[in-house]
Amino acid sequence: MSVLTERPAPARTRPVPRPEKPRTRWVPTALLLLGAVYCLAPVVWVAIAATKGPSELFSTFSFWPSFQGGFQYNVTHLLDFRDGVFLKWALNSLLYAGVGSVLSVAVSTLAGYALAKYDFVGRELIFMTILAGVLVPQITLAVPQYLLMSELDLVNSYWSVLLPSIISPYGIYLSRIYAASVVSDDMLEAGRIDGAGEYRLAWKVGLPPMIPGMVTLLLLQFVAIWNNFLLPYIMISDDGRFPMTVGLFTMLNQGASQPALYSLVVMGVFLSVLPLVALFLFLQRYWRLDLVSGGVKG
Amino acid sequence: MVSAATAVRRRRRPSRRGGPTPYVLLAPAIVLLVLFLLVPIGYTVYLSLRAARVTGGGLGIRKETFVGLDNYASVLTDSAYVDGLLRMLLYGLIVVPTMLGLALLFALLLDTPRVRFGAFSRIGIFLPYAVPGVIASLLWGFLYLPNVSPIRDVFEAVGLPAPDFLAPGSVLFSVANIGVWGGVGFNMIVLFTALRGVPQEMYDAARIDGANEVQIALRVKVPLIMPAVIMTAIFAMISTLQVYTEPATLQPLTDTVSQTWVPLMTIYRDAFVNADLYSAAAASVVLALGTLAVSVAVLTVLQRRAFGRDR
Repeated sequence: MSVLTERPAPARTRPVPRPEKPRTRWVPTALLLLGAVYCLAPVVWVAIAATKGPSELFSTFSFWPSFQGGFQYNVTHLLDFRDGVFLKWALNSLLYAGVGSVLSVAVSTLAGYALAKYDFVGRELIFMTILAGVLVPQITLAVPQYLLMSELDLVNSYWSVLLPSIISPYGIYLSRIYAASVVSDDMLEAGRIDGAGEYRLAWKVGLPPMIPGMVTLLLLQFVAIWNNFLLPYIMISDDGRFPMTVGLFTMLNQGASQPALYSLVVMGVFLSVLPLVALFLFLQRYWRLDLVSGGVKG
Repeated sequence: MVSAATAVRRRRRPSRRGGPTPYVLLAPAIVLLVLFLLVPIGYTVYLSLRAARVTGGGLGIRKETFVGLDNYASVLTDSAYVDGLLRMLLYGLIVVPTMLGLALLFALLLDTPRVRFGAFSRIGIFLPYAVPGVIASLLWGFLYLPNVSPIRDVFEAVGLPAPDFLAPGSVLFSVANIGVWGGVGFNMIVLFTALRGVPQEMYDAARIDGANEVQIALRVKVPLIMPAVIMTAIFAMISTLQVYTEPATLQPLTDTVSQTWVPLMTIYRDAFVNADLYSAAAASVVLALGTLAVSVAVLTVLQRRAFGRDR
């Protein structure tokens, strides 16, 4: 990237660039707002639809909320549905995504640090395996993972979803890139000369600069596990251990024969979107997505 | 102990070997990789070469035997699976360019000076990333469903014939729309972040040379963030090959999405509904090889760019 470091040639013909006019550019602004409307409209619709009871959902005008007590009806009936199983789904999602993402980040960070900062026999082999892991479709693994879990007698347990969620080839790949760019070899070397052991060095020198990347990875993993459907769908048969995604999916399936459930599903969708949206708005500043895009800057 | 070769190596890159340390740090990852990646892959390949065949004449005892590539032959001649593959390719041809085109467009627009409501648009477009695929599909499913659809309401209100989003001819586009909706924001943010990393002087230089914003966007910005564009393209292609959630969620809402609509749905049905693990395994391997073939070429380029320096 020598282009980047070259200073721009001094302009001779027009020494002073015209001062920028503070005029708003309306065409790009309008296009962006159009994009925002496309992305937000379905979420707005679900908020409106959640106010409608089963009889209103199919009959009233879609873009106007109802104040006939549909919202309360949906909330109470959803929370009562099968003895409050919806709350259980929410807590399960939190458990899978919370515990899974923390463990996943720990494993990925250590692995990424080791891959970036040490030369050792088998490094490239391990790394190529990890890259292959990024490419293999999840269901290709899901069938044998299911068989493995049933061999271990873990099918239908929390472990069957948690354990496979911990290994994230993509997380390791990002951690390696990140460690290579933020952990200073000179600092590590200085630590070694001062006689620090390798683990102390990793803990005191290597890992601290990786913390911003770890936070980003934590969020990425949290969302990935929270959003995961296929793995829990295959592993879990007891609806008390479903995450929200699988729970609402099965509810919708029942809705095909009991349309009264549709308004509850809409409410469930609304309630399941809320916490993650809130989390996102709150955590925006902690996102360091240059970790994702920066890894491939030439 | 120290041979000439390692001595040279040591001088060039002092003490990066660390004895057993890297292996200890990697141990949890390696154990999990072996258990949940390598063993499953190996077992899938093993299963794909076997089948339950009836032996023992009249008694008809089903026994697992080695059948070579028979499963592959039957998978590749199974019209439902092949149709699913073609449908998936078509889906990818719609989703990948549309999603990345929009993501790039929005990222460039956000990076344009004097654009208003930038923060609002950025968050708004990014928001669908927070919505799980199943939830997004449920949501759009309701927007498509003839009885509930507000989009149809709008069409009827202005006196136009309401579109049927779940008709055989349109359902592919309806599913593709969910994919685009869910992915455009994340890719936009990735590309936007890459754009932010470009030193401002680059643009100043182009402006002094008389380039307008569109020229700067197309001639300066896009080439500079090409590596990030390539990377998002690879991941978009990989996720196309794994499309499952959206059609599977729409399935109960309409008859036009069959049980074998995309390859993963066929694999799921074979493995968990028909309990034919052997066919499912062969179909999985075919899909995995396809993914590899698509990705490896581009990844070679990517890897050289990403790790050119820390090697």
